[in-house]
Amino acid sequence: MSYYDPKDLRKFGRITEWSESLGENFFDYYNSVFKEGALTPREKSLIALAVAHTEMCPYCIDAYTKDGLERGITKEEMMEAVHVGAAIKSGATLVHGVMMMNKVNKLDS
Amino acid sequence: MSQTKVLQSLHKRQSPLAQTERQLKILEEGIFSNGDAPKFGQKIQQSLGAPLKTTGLDILQVNLGYMCNQVCAHCHVDAGPDRKEIMTQETMEHCLKVIESSGVKTLDLTGGAPEMNPNFRWFVTQAKARGVNEIIVRSNLTIIVANKKYHDLPEFFAQHQVHVVSSMPHWTKEKTDRQRGSGVFEDSIKALKMLNDVGYGLTGSNLTLDLVYNPSGAFLPGDQEALCQDFKRRLDQSFNIKFNGLFALTNLPISRFLDYLIASDNYEDYMWTLVESFNPAAARAVMCLNTLSVSWDGYLFDCDFNQMLQMPINDARQHISQYQNDLMEGRLIKISQHCYGCTAGAGSSCQGAVI
Repeated sequence: MSYYDPKDLRKFGRITEWSESLGENFFDYYNSVFKEGALTPREKSLIALAVAHTEMCPYCIDAYTKDGLERGITKEEMMEAVHVGAAIKSGATLVHGVMMMNKVNKLDS
Repeated sequence: MSQTKVLQSLHKRQSPLAQTERQLKILEEGIFSNGDAPKFGQKIQQSLGAPLKTTGLDILQVNLGYMCNQVCAHCHVDAGPDRKEIMTQETMEHCLKVIESSGVKTLDLTGGAPEMNPNFRWFVTQAKARGVNEIIVRSNLTIIVANKKYHDLPEFFAQHQVHVVSSMPHWTKEKTDRQRGSGVFEDSIKALKMLNDVGYGLTGSNLTLDLVYNPSGAFLPGDQEALCQDFKRRLDQSFNIKFNGLFALTNLPISRFLDYLIASDNYEDYMWTLVESFNPAAARAVMCLNTLSVSWDGYLFDCDFNQMLQMPINDARQHISQYQNDLMEGRLIKISQHCYGCTAGAGSSCQGAVI
């Protein structure tokens, strides 16, 4: 038994039932974000896939892998997007190494 | 769908799914029999307020036989080299009479590989002479390079102003070959170049070449226009290939695609995807309203999919030799849950999205 059930993704829309206005506002906003704008929906789908991985959200990975396939995005493009997310995550960890270096230099000079 | 290695038709493999009764039983069960999801008929009644009925005859779609030089993983016809069903000249004569008597605008030739019917060229020439406006041939492309006797098909198509509609599931070799067989991508590229060479798909030419895209697995097609632009850019950059439009088709859960869905444990999720993507606007524009499908042996169906499920039209006159124009006036369409495939998202028809 996992905490995550893939079938729950289909129930996402039901969050509106317990807070109609906030739920509808969220979905209106969400749908607006993914419309054609300065970025194409294809580009937005790849960004979403990368963020889905950095957030480690199984529902989002499910949804945006399928969305990518529907848009004809190749598996190579998807994996590169995941690497972008991974690079930022590891970079974000490593850049804190400067803090460590600053602290060492201050305390142990 | 890399786990599926299709080398023979379901018929040849004697798969239980070769029996249409088995397919229809599966489509009635599961989420549709336990009440989780509405059946297609209920959904249509809820959203349109009335069942689907024909509105007239605009497209006569004739299946010239199930024989094909390819064995594609998704094929809803279960076509292949081992299928011997082929339309006779006598049945073609009946079709020609209907073309004359009905004044139908479009003749849509499909298969299998329709070009493999020995009377294919005779039929095209005769149909043109009997006054049909547009002749569509659904070509798998590789037939053009499969044998010397087919090498001049592009010239024949051009001579008779045939509208060529060709399957091309992706602009990458890997995805195309996985779905349609090893070597299909390279042969398709060669055939597309031959079609371009006689003028098909070129700016200023009146020879139309459209591509058909269908997803390579258990997901829906994305936006047709975006896919078209993507295919145009990639095929032009990589191979200098031109084409006019792209039809994005949804895979319907029947025959070999149903077999794949079940084998890959995707069936229930796919049916949910179709049900949840139901679009009333697409339902109002489904192709069965103005299309009549004729099988290789002359029987009449609402669409090619119903033909493959052996669900003939809802009328006592079920053969092309019995055709009368009133057959297309308000006749009830035969439905099952596979019909959700034509109403999902932007809809799906043999001409691509419907809205």
